[in-house]
Amino acid sequence: MAVKNYILVCGGTACESSKGDDIFNNLLKEAEAQGVADDVQIVKTGCFGFCEKGPIVKVLPEQAFYVEVKPEDAGEIISETVIKGRMVDRILYKPEKGAKGDAFDIDNIEFYQKQYRIVLRNCGLINPEDIDEYIARDGYAALEKCLFDITPDQIIEELKVSGLRGRGGAGFPTWMKWNFTKQVESDQKYIVCNADEGDPGAYMDRSTLEGDPHSILEAMTIAGICVGANMGAIYIRAEYPLAIERLETAMAQAREYGLLGKDILGSGFDFDIELRLGAGAFVCGEETALLASIEGKRGMPIPKPPFPAVKGLFAEPTVINNVETYANIPAILTKGGEWFAKIGTEKSKGTKVFALTGKIKNSGLVEVPMGTTLREIVFEIGGGIPNGKKFKAVQTGGPSGGVITDKYLDTPIDFDNLISIGSMMGSGGMIVMDEDDCIVDVNRFYMDFCVEESCGKCAPCRIGTKKLMGYLDRFTQGKGEVEDIQKMKDIGEAMKKAALCGLGQTAPNPILSSLEHFGHEYMEHIEEGKCAAGKCKDLVHYKIIAEKCIGCTVCARKCPVNCIEGERKKPHVIDQEKCIKCGACFEGCKFDAIIVS
Amino acid sequence: MPVETEELKMTEGLLSFIEEWKDKPGNLIMVLHRVQEEYGYIPRNIAFELGKMLDVPLAKIYGVVTFYHFFKTEKPGKHKISVCMGTACYLKGGQDLIDELENLLGVGCGGTTEDKQFSLEAVRCIGCCGLAPVLTVGNEVFGKLTTDMLPEVIAKFK
Repeated sequence: MAVKNYILVCGGTACESSKGDDIFNNLLKEAEAQGVADDVQIVKTGCFGFCEKGPIVKVLPEQAFYVEVKPEDAGEIISETVIKGRMVDRILYKPEKGAKGDAFDIDNIEFYQKQYRIVLRNCGLINPEDIDEYIARDGYAALEKCLFDITPDQIIEELKVSGLRGRGGAGFPTWMKWNFTKQVESDQKYIVCNADEGDPGAYMDRSTLEGDPHSILEAMTIAGICVGANMGAIYIRAEYPLAIERLETAMAQAREYGLLGKDILGSGFDFDIELRLGAGAFVCGEETALLASIEGKRGMPIPKPPFPAVKGLFAEPTVINNVETYANIPAILTKGGEWFAKIGTEKSKGTKVFALTGKIKNSGLVEVPMGTTLREIVFEIGGGIPNGKKFKAVQTGGPSGGVITDKYLDTPIDFDNLISIGSMMGSGGMIVMDEDDCIVDVNRFYMDFCVEESCGKCAPCRIGTKKLMGYLDRFTQGKGEVEDIQKMKDIGEAMKKAALCGLGQTAPNPILSSLEHFGHEYMEHIEEGKCAAGKCKDLVHYKIIAEKCIGCTVCARKCPVNCIEGERKKPHVIDQEKCIKCGACFEGCKFDAIIVS
Repeated sequence: MPVETEELKMTEGLLSFIEEWKDKPGNLIMVLHRVQEEYGYIPRNIAFELGKMLDVPLAKIYGVVTFYHFFKTEKPGKHKISVCMGTACYLKGGQDLIDELENLLGVGCGGTTEDKQFSLEAVRCIGCCGLAPVLTVGNEVFGKLTTDMLPEVIAKFK
């Protein structure tokens, strides 16, 4: 019997952890119980990207886009939408402003309107655990083409025409990397995929691996054909168990179909892939450190050159690209480099996936053409800042990047523009801050991360991060001095020049960039001992204004350390010595009688 | 590595995993992952055994184990509470969750309660930024948390 309906259930990590699995099982049970099990196919897909509204369930062909679904909604989805073709209004996504056309058509949801999906082309559409669904969406067509129709030189040429640059952060042209390795004579070469997504606040690669694992396997195999390698390794974070599981399933299926392993598709070409687990070290995102880790050693970088393209894993020539870069490759080879080159800006082609998080209404994964402005991403796709708060800045590039202020909201985003305004593309973390966030505090967070993650091999990074951290610590305690700012700049510049690897060279970036845009906020901390956002607890004091206090005793009852005293109907007083600055009294007061200073 | 009183034996599953990986170059980290999966940490005597079996000096094993955050040298509590400290979670109050949990459990971050029921740690981004702030207890994820929800989370595992 032909299947009448398809129900797509998001199986990304964020949705799975909000009971996505139960929803999936309940839908199966309900379809069975209501006698429509044969009419409907229920598929667990990869991430839809709209994590803010998860878990997400989509019913085709009705195009019903259900958000924040609960396991108990399953019965109604089957009885209403599948059987009667009606919408379950309660969980139907409702656009905020007057959207064009049908409210429930996915193309009319603002979150998706400006997006252009190449990397995430299959995420949320196919079942990542079924190779046939990938093949049905032109999967492995590029591999076939590379095996039988075009030469390795033509592969390089196609990538060159496409203008694809590495998505790991530095933006090095992919065709050049491949070409270096191709030109080296060696019996053994390796293809490595960097899936050690360490940037805190970024999860693009995880979603790609979870939602479309075959695209990575296909691209790595193509890289193998191109440069003459027959071994590949995917270095993936152990913290991503679902992605690991899906990759393992995908690899087993690809081997079974003769798309991986010995004599691929009868061509005589052998290529196989192994998974290697990372163990929680940010520095392993740096390619030489990553290779050391695959070799079973401490993940410490080594000076370049020689570049991995010439001397990499086990001292053999190695192509190393990140997940998002690989995910683009099958699409480029199927549709042609010229197609890809039409998307994006002059020097940055194609799209970029960002993990849009922080103080934003619609957090989630967004894929946009290069050249899209920050304003479009934050205010149109992201829906702006929640709770009527004011936009402060966007942080891109994580601990290696910088802040972008409202002045630059209309700058088209690409590799070069972001560098020219003092930030960087990074791997794609995009964190929105509002007026409640303190720049000094956020930078302290990033520097704390860098101190922790510095491998300690070179002095500029090992000592520099620690020194910078010391200054920030003092600022947040109100003990900073004006001269410290210049000292921080000097240390930062020295690290940029002298540190051994990318981690150390970029670690001072968040500070240098925020000093430029938010210098006044640092000065406020230093000179006035004031934290306007109220985040630096040592600088915050809560006070009760006697004239406004009516003595309702709410604050005294809310205080967890009993430091507020006063008689009923008389003004209360906070004991500053005992106060732990938790803010409970401030939030509890209905008469605005408590102020933060 | 701390000294233990009990001597742990290698399980069948672990032995066959080591056998499978023994001759592959760069096997150490993969084997350590398997050991931690088995015991929840890297026990000292197992590390000794491993050194002999893989022909790797114990110093090298210790070096690798201490380099990577993921590997533990002490036995964790029955329930592992991991509070995400990725940037999104930090901005949305991840630190407040840790402070409150320290308060509720009476242990510092990185510690284990006396009854060995809970261990508390701060972890790097677990990739659920849409649910920030997030923590996990074992494999279960709790998102969009506020501090007053924490007693309930803990109670679930008591």
